Amino acid sequence: MGILEFLQQPWAWYVAGPLIGLTVPALLFLGDKKFGISANFRHACAMVPNNVSFFQYDWRKESWNLLFALGIVLGGLVGSTLLNNGEPLQIAAQTQTALESLNITFDGELVPQQIFANFSVGNIAILLIGGLLVGFGARYAGGCTSGHAISGLSDLQLPSLVAVIGFFIGGLVMTYLLFPLIF
Amino acid sequence: MTTQTPSQTRPLSLASIGEGTRYLLAGTLFGIVAVKSQIISWYRIQEMFRFHSFHMYGVIGSAVLVGIVSVWLIKRFNVKTISGDPITFQDKAPTYPRYIVGGTIFGLGWALVGACPGPMLALLGSGVFSIIIVMIGAYLGTWLYGLLRSYLPH
Repeated sequence: MGILEFLQQPWAWYVAGPLIGLTVPALLFLGDKKFGISANFRHACAMVPNNVSFFQYDWRKESWNLLFALGIVLGGLVGSTLLNNGEPLQIAAQTQTALESLNITFDGELVPQQIFANFSVGNIAILLIGGLLVGFGARYAGGCTSGHAISGLSDLQLPSLVAVIGFFIGGLVMTYLLFPLIF
Repeated sequence: MTTQTPSQTRPLSLASIGEGTRYLLAGTLFGIVAVKSQIISWYRIQEMFRFHSFHMYGVIGSAVLVGIVSVWLIKRFNVKTISGDPITFQDKAPTYPRYIVGGTIFGLGWALVGACPGPMLALLGSGVFSIIIVMIGAYLGTWLYGLLRSYLPH
């Protein structure tokens, strides 16, 4: 097996997890930068002239993070083309069954095509409202999965642990209580 | 009145382009890992919240473990940045309503769209263009927080 075929396979958690963890010291080492991706949405707000006090700061000083975000998009392109072997996604059979009972059919793609590639009013509302909750919640909590679950926990911040517990409360409520009402 | 520091007057100097490239590359590597570990998959997020697979817990758990050891080493050996500047850490304010309420709101959205902000960007690069609708939502949510911030308990 060549190196490219090797890299084209899905990467195991014990390969991917440590690499993601290394993002924290890498950004610190490159310029004392804090790994936190959702802050870019705030910077994008600050770019637009406005009177909201939360967005009054020099976003140009945070342009490193916007470049980091652009890099993630490029990485997504490389990972899904050059480093893609075209094999369908595999997930637990139990999850497939659970989703089937909500009439969501597992299709082996990254995201369910029936939600993400079918632009009904309901689906657009799901994507828009879901995004709204992520954006609002991330700023209210002062960070997202990268800022709290990875950066914050790496620095043993108790507030970050509380935020991560919140992430899971929200995720479990959505999955078990609200999914049956939405789907 | 119009005095500016050199870094403000020359935001696109060669030095800053070189520095910017580092972060672009770091982001690219992160994006590749995010795709190849499938953490950008809506289905993987469902698997996690239904406790049907160890995969996501393995990724997050080992990432945090490596992060903790790295931060400890940086503090222990007083590691400097590549330009020799000190690496700083700031404790987050211990006011808990914002973390639990904001975190829960975030979690509701995370499970619904199956993506947090990093994976949204990687999905965009992967050609899942409907994620743009999610990102517009996240942008509007950020605006909404900025407008409502003074009325919310923190």
